[in-house]
Amino acid sequence: MAGRVDALYFFLVGLAVFFALLIAGLIVFFAVRYHRQDSNATGTKVHGLIALEVAWTVIPFLITMVIFVWGSSVYFAMAHPPDETLNIYVVGKQWMWKFQHLDGQREINELHVPVGRPVKIIATSEDVIHDFFVPAFRVKADVLPGRYVSVWFQPTKPGRYHLFCAEYCGTRHSGMIGEIVVMDPNEYEAWLTGGAAEGSLASAGGKLFADLACNTCHRADAQGRGPVLDGLFGRQVALQGGGTVTADEAYIRESILTPSAKIVDGFQPIMPTFQGLVSEEQLLQLIEYVKSLKSQTEQPTARPNPPNGPAQNETTPVKK
Amino acid sequence: MSSTVLTPPHHYLNDGFGVKSWLLTRDHKRIALLYLCGVTFFFFIGGAMATVIRLELATPVGDLVSDETYNKLFTMHGVMMVFFFLIPAIPAVLGNFLVPIMIGAKDLAFPKLNLASWYIYMIGGLFTLYAIIAGGLDTGWTFYTPFSTVSSTSNVIPAALGIFITGFSSILTGLNFIVTIHRMRAPGMTWFRMPLFLWSTYATSLINVLGTPVIAITLLLVAAERIFHFGFFDPRVGGDPVLFQHLFWFYSHPAVYIMVLPAMGVVSELVAAGCRKPVFGYSFVAFSSLAIAVLGFLVWGHHLFVAGESVYSAMIFSILSFLVAIPSAVKVFNWTATMYKGSVSWETPMLYAYGFIGLFTIGGLTGLFVAAIGVDVHVTDTYFVIAHFHYIMVGGTIMGYLGGLHFWWPKISGRLYNEGLAKIAAGIVFIGFNLTFFPQFILGYLGMPRRYHAYPPEFQVLNVLSSAGASILAVGYLLPMAYLMWSLRYGKLAGSNPWGAVGLEWTTTSPPPTENFAETPVVTWDAYDYPERMETNVA
Repeated sequence: MAGRVDALYFFLVGLAVFFALLIAGLIVFFAVRYHRQDSNATGTKVHGLIALEVAWTVIPFLITMVIFVWGSSVYFAMAHPPDETLNIYVVGKQWMWKFQHLDGQREINELHVPVGRPVKIIATSEDVIHDFFVPAFRVKADVLPGRYVSVWFQPTKPGRYHLFCAEYCGTRHSGMIGEIVVMDPNEYEAWLTGGAAEGSLASAGGKLFADLACNTCHRADAQGRGPVLDGLFGRQVALQGGGTVTADEAYIRESILTPSAKIVDGFQPIMPTFQGLVSEEQLLQLIEYVKSLKSQTEQPTARPNPPNGPAQNETTPVKK
Repeated sequence: MSSTVLTPPHHYLNDGFGVKSWLLTRDHKRIALLYLCGVTFFFFIGGAMATVIRLELATPVGDLVSDETYNKLFTMHGVMMVFFFLIPAIPAVLGNFLVPIMIGAKDLAFPKLNLASWYIYMIGGLFTLYAIIAGGLDTGWTFYTPFSTVSSTSNVIPAALGIFITGFSSILTGLNFIVTIHRMRAPGMTWFRMPLFLWSTYATSLINVLGTPVIAITLLLVAAERIFHFGFFDPRVGGDPVLFQHLFWFYSHPAVYIMVLPAMGVVSELVAAGCRKPVFGYSFVAFSSLAIAVLGFLVWGHHLFVAGESVYSAMIFSILSFLVAIPSAVKVFNWTATMYKGSVSWETPMLYAYGFIGLFTIGGLTGLFVAAIGVDVHVTDTYFVIAHFHYIMVGGTIMGYLGGLHFWWPKISGRLYNEGLAKIAAGIVFIGFNLTFFPQFILGYLGMPRRYHAYPPEFQVLNVLSSAGASILAVGYLLPMAYLMWSLRYGKLAGSNPWGAVGLEWTTTSPPPTENFAETPVVTWDAYDYPERMETNVA
């Protein structure tokens, strides 16, 4: 990706140098060639040429459209990570970066990743807007409170790379920096096994799911007062009052913090809010737990049975 | 030039001498001078802050001032320069002085409102100054939420209130210009005979009237959220922090055109007089101002390319941003073409015009980088963007402002400044400016984020260059201050038309009488209608 950004960047540098020199050259040439020699002299009237006006309107227009298409295609690729990525969560807060690996490792202001694999960072903020910026990888994304944003990159060379917060976030903004440590796959494996003590992120989420008693309503056997969560992630969920929503990270987060915002079709708005009870990091653990709940059947939607009605799609009860 | 020039016996400067004759004046020319004092005062305050910023950045560690102080310095530098210098500078000083004279009118349509605008501007400015002295503001001039509404403990509300108040001055001045240009043109002064400075002032006034209320509302929402904890922008109570950015840039992007359009108007005048011929493609230059004013309202989303904007809305804002570049390019080509077969002067105002065209071209071309979304992701919020907008605002607006000030200074003051010193100062400004800001393009590409109090040591060399340039630039700004003041008393008398230029302002005396013209002129010629040869200098 860095190569694609740089290709366009240096094309633009070339273009800018060409036009800057063209204008500067013409100005210097005219200033010397037509320098006023006699204090009473005036310029020769030159009638405007429509052809010339059209030319210098249309040619720049065409050039900018080329840049537009090129720039958009690069941006499009940035916005669409490959299917298989190594996912890592990060929470920004004044003034540090807190990383959580799926295997449970946690890091602050330092992130270890293997070389050659596409890495997707899923980021949110605990307080104000931050920005995850790794200049070497040409990636940058505002890290917004209350939302999940993702950026992806594929490191090609082992080494240590700057991580900056690029959105002003208060007193120690310039101290909200860190390093991305890109390692050979072997070293990375060694690093992974060296650090994990707490179990995977999903298992931490599962424990939290039980501790908060989520499992009393969200039962896997479809007999609970809340929807079944198995196989939920990534599906279309039918909502009360019509419409659907894709069950992504943002939807799960919203359903935990503001359960009444979107009610799943066939359920009552009885879930209490967990605002203030779970931290951003715990939310990520819960999300990862929900992601880990694989559906046991080919059930096309997460729509559960109406509470009193007969079961339409019997899901196999699963206990983790 | 001519040795037998006499000061006219009656002119606006000797029409009353007491403090009251200035503070209660309704003469647009005197109000222009009041504004000149105001904007110069705020410029040097903003400049002093920039000086400390550049001193701090000469070393990678944050050692000169604390991080808290540094954040307040760049915030107030931005607030002072944008709201109290760049936005009012050309319209309120040169516009006020020139709009009525250029159309052959005695004054603006609403002289009392014009004076009120100055008082509102000063009250707003002093209010914001109070916010600095009483502890400062640390949100950045952009006031991004939720930092400004829930996190910052500095003087957000007083500073925002100062900007809010000053906004009314922009709106009223804009309204005054629009009505004046519509209603008070001298007989024969048709729209297409107007100097191009008036077209760009008109376009600017439209943006002022339409855009300023939006920033006023936005700042009120920020204040309301701070005081009453309404959930407009705070996500914890259901608000959307990005909504603020949409509202803020809906005004603040057009505000860039408020700053640069008047400078473009000035440059059109400088180029025409400096080449003694009509501006090439007059109507294209005139309409490009209006095109910029209209398109400028449709591109605010390009400030949000990395702020969670959807891919498709980013693409729409990208294509619109490229479109707004076209009218600017058209202007640059037309100014350059004007020089062809001109009688090209090398006097100070023309040097500023050359400087403007060169720097604005670089500023505009680097705008293509940030409009290309894939590249913007890398360079936004870095020093690349800092360099880009300083090429537009400082390289563009301030070069235009200084060029205009030098061009019309003989008209304003009736006297000539020292041409040699002025040429040297123009050269110093040009060199100092490029040395200050060009290295910042490279810094940005290498990844140095903006608003950093301390930075990794590998960025030091370029930062030292930039700081060195800033000290040269400071000399370039102080010099004109000195020799222009000096000329007020000791300068040679200018005569009514020292440049041998056409345009109604050069047909009246220098300084002009309070009523501008002895009799209302009747216009029977187009703008920039230069004769085959100028007659010997008209005294």
